[in-house]
Amino acid sequence: MNAYLEIASTRVRYGEVEVLKGIDLSVGKGEFVALLGSSGCGKTTLLRTIAGFNTPTAGTIRVDGRDVTRQPPDKRGMALVFQSYALWPHMTVDQNIGYGLKLRRMPARDASARVAEMKSLLGLDALGQRKPGALSGGQRQRVALGRALAVNPDILLLDEPLSNLDARIRLTVRHEISALQRRLGITAVHVTHDREEAMVMADRIVILDGGKIAQTGTPQEVYNQPNSDFVAAFMGAENILDVDVVARGDSMEIAAGPHSLRATVHRPGQAAFTGKAIARFRSESIGVADASDDTLGTKSGGLLLKGIVEQVSYPGGLWRHVIHLGDNSVIVDAERRFEQGAQVHLRVPEDRLYIFPAHRA
Amino acid sequence: MMAGSIDLKWIPRGLGLGLLAFAIFGPLTNLLLWAFTERWYFPHALPLEYGFSYWANVFSPRGNATTSLIMSVLIASLTVVISIGLAIPAGYALARLRLPFRGAVLLILLIPQAFPNLPVYVNIARIFYQFGLNGTVLGVVLVHVTHGLVYAVWIATAAFSAIDRELEEAARSMGASALRTFADVTLPIAAPGLLASAVFVFLESLDEFTGTYFVGAPDISTLPLLLYTAGSGGNYQIASITAFILLIPSIAFMFVIEKFMRADVLSKVGR
Repeated sequence: MNAYLEIASTRVRYGEVEVLKGIDLSVGKGEFVALLGSSGCGKTTLLRTIAGFNTPTAGTIRVDGRDVTRQPPDKRGMALVFQSYALWPHMTVDQNIGYGLKLRRMPARDASARVAEMKSLLGLDALGQRKPGALSGGQRQRVALGRALAVNPDILLLDEPLSNLDARIRLTVRHEISALQRRLGITAVHVTHDREEAMVMADRIVILDGGKIAQTGTPQEVYNQPNSDFVAAFMGAENILDVDVVARGDSMEIAAGPHSLRATVHRPGQAAFTGKAIARFRSESIGVADASDDTLGTKSGGLLLKGIVEQVSYPGGLWRHVIHLGDNSVIVDAERRFEQGAQVHLRVPEDRLYIFPAHRA
Repeated sequence: MMAGSIDLKWIPRGLGLGLLAFAIFGPLTNLLLWAFTERWYFPHALPLEYGFSYWANVFSPRGNATTSLIMSVLIASLTVVISIGLAIPAGYALARLRLPFRGAVLLILLIPQAFPNLPVYVNIARIFYQFGLNGTVLGVVLVHVTHGLVYAVWIATAAFSAIDRELEEAARSMGASALRTFADVTLPIAAPGLLASAVFVFLESLDEFTGTYFVGAPDISTLPLLLYTAGSGGNYQIASITAFILLIPSIAFMFVIEKFMRADVLSKVGR
């Protein structure tokens, strides 16, 4: 895909602190990219740098081949939707949505037609004369979106626009935004700290960690093939085991431990290594069986663990078990309930097990 | 039987409120009485004769009141225009830019108020004399501006500080230039605060006596100067009527403050 928005080795600093430490990213035309990361990782700074509110100390930002690094925000053809919505309190909904059109000197009749179009698209038809103060959070969010979309921006920038909404509204608005973005073919960059939101909305996810890009890929790639311990943890693989591994060709052999059997795993796209390692896996897709049951052991592949059920709960759908493995506990979901105190075997499938070198801490 | 139902605890509170009301409205009542008195002398508790003859006198073409009123309003209006004209850029800069001596600048504006008025104005009068500014409208306006600028800049700074930066950034993002953003977003949102400070400066100027006396008199006569002359000449009717005219804008100002000044602006005054 041709790069439409291109960010090349961009660095941004706030006083003494370097917030972005060399970001390289290209976004194709019509693509929806999510910048995902925990707070303080630089995702909002990156978005504001793209929008033109921060000036990079190094690097360039190009739109359609044009260098915009030194251009002011109003010359970039981008529209930013703020987390706070930043609606102008002294203007009505119509005036807020129509402001960009007024700036572009669109004839009044065309402009009001465009505003009406935006309002019906976003379900704001009856609210044109209201001031932002008289709107609910969800309505304000849609006005902010309408204001940005009305001008047909080349690039739509979204700064956690859903984080101030109720959980229920958030789910519907998520789909509304991505449906709109696809229908209008807009290039969009969306900042969020919500993994599920990024997964559902984006074509491609960029995970940021400490001012650098940790991994870029489709939702399936970052979910199933995390390239680092950080990304694996961020994508929900929160069960941790300390293991010793030995490289065997392009596979790795995990040494047997007090609670685990010897296993050989092969991770495509990851170089094998020898030494102390961290193994991570999610609570889902784990085979669980009573210790007396042999069915898990006879299946080959994956890591076999032995533990004792410490706690059982039912969050809905599956039974959630906290399973004790020596000093460690792991959380495992199963279709049926295993009683507290029961001896169980777990099998972590090869493709659900992520192994990374242990930090030298 | 009935006495038991009266709550005696209300008595001190009622007395307290009564005294407070007397302290506020007593002088005003006296003012009102004198303004409409034709004849009133000791030992009579109330005026012997009421009438409008002094009003007619004050507002007659030959009376000084009309010229003084016009002069007062002219000086106050010019003071407002100059003060607010300076306060808008100064307040915006103090609120938005990272200025090195921000605190010091706000403090410097206070300095004319920090010293006793008389020595300051006597010196100003001496300096203005060299430039031929004594006895001119411009001279008086300049004195009033040094006074009004404190309120104007402090309140304007607070009004601009209270505006969320993202509101301005949103306008920039929609394609508005910095100047256009200021005109379309910043200024309209700050307007109530600026209006309140304008009214405040107007009232301060209308009320100002000392500076006007030293720099303006006898060529420039404003209402407070007229009030002073009438009062020292024992003409309580003229003094009361002048005081009434000065009172009207103050009351109007209270309503403006009540309506337009938001708590979040007031809380930022002087920060």
